[in-house]
Amino acid sequence: MKAILDSLNKAFESRVRLGIMSALAVNNSLDFSALKEYLDVTDGNLASHLKALEKEEYVVMKKSFVGRKPNTSFYITMLGKKAFEEHLTALEKLIKSQK
Amino acid sequence: MKTEQDYIKDLTEIRSIMERSTKFLTLTGWAGIMIGIYALAGAYIGYKLSYFDNNADVYNNIVTTEKPAIILNLFLLAIGILILSLGTAIFLSYKKSKKTGDSLWNAAARRLVINMAIPLVTGGLFILILYSKGLIGLIAPVSLIFYGMALLNGSKFTFEEYKYLGIIEIMLGLLASLFIGYGLLFWIIGFGVMHIVYGIYMHLRYEK
Repeated sequence: MKAILDSLNKAFESRVRLGIMSALAVNNSLDFSALKEYLDVTDGNLASHLKALEKEEYVVMKKSFVGRKPNTSFYITMLGKKAFEEHLTALEKLIKSQK
Repeated sequence: MKTEQDYIKDLTEIRSIMERSTKFLTLTGWAGIMIGIYALAGAYIGYKLSYFDNNADVYNNIVTTEKPAIILNLFLLAIGILILSLGTAIFLSYKKSKKTGDSLWNAAARRLVINMAIPLVTGGLFILILYSKGLIGLIAPVSLIFYGMALLNGSKFTFEEYKYLGIIEIMLGLLASLFIGYGLLFWIIGFGVMHIVYGIYMHLRYEK
């Protein structure tokens, strides 16, 4: 039990971060406003969680221009994908062990 | 410290976000029912305009110039139904998106449209080519087959049930190409009856 808890990734404690990782895991890239819509959070909240995930190198940000408007999109990294999958496996084990 | 309930909630949330961010779920059963009704009405008008039920318009017969006025009318009728159907589907999706709070034109919607548009446009061009070569009898089967392919391709980005509707349309199209003289009948089943049946099924399943 303790071992399983340890294998849960601390970076994904917050539900917003889990949400970001889930959305990016199944999409090539998503822009800030799309993420905001799926997660239903404020700009500041989303930005700070994204920054935290960027620091872990689980997501990368890419700035570009759509016409003249700046557009910020986010991608999941290989490292992020691996960490997210491990976290999911741990969650699964945890729930199974309590059944 | 999180409890077991929290983890289960985490998983539910992950699942929901993965689905919402990849699938366009604001299509409504009502749109299907309405589209089916338009198709039936259109088929009736088309039948009244002219129905050439001769097996003569089959594969090898190249007679085009006989009834250009009627063909043009049928063509305009088909375009009209297409616009009406698309308009209804978009309008009803818009209303549903207002209710659920999702945005209508999101990444998933774009993917659905692109993946359906490629087979649909291919089919549309193919039909124009068939028409220009006088192979009018093949238009009904080809439209059913390509529509089925479009549904099959698009079903990855919306409700999974559309996959089966796509397969049914493809089978109807293949059957229609075996019985060329009955194109309108297959068209009525494929675009009219199947849409209504599917619309009712989707409505009962997801909107009740």
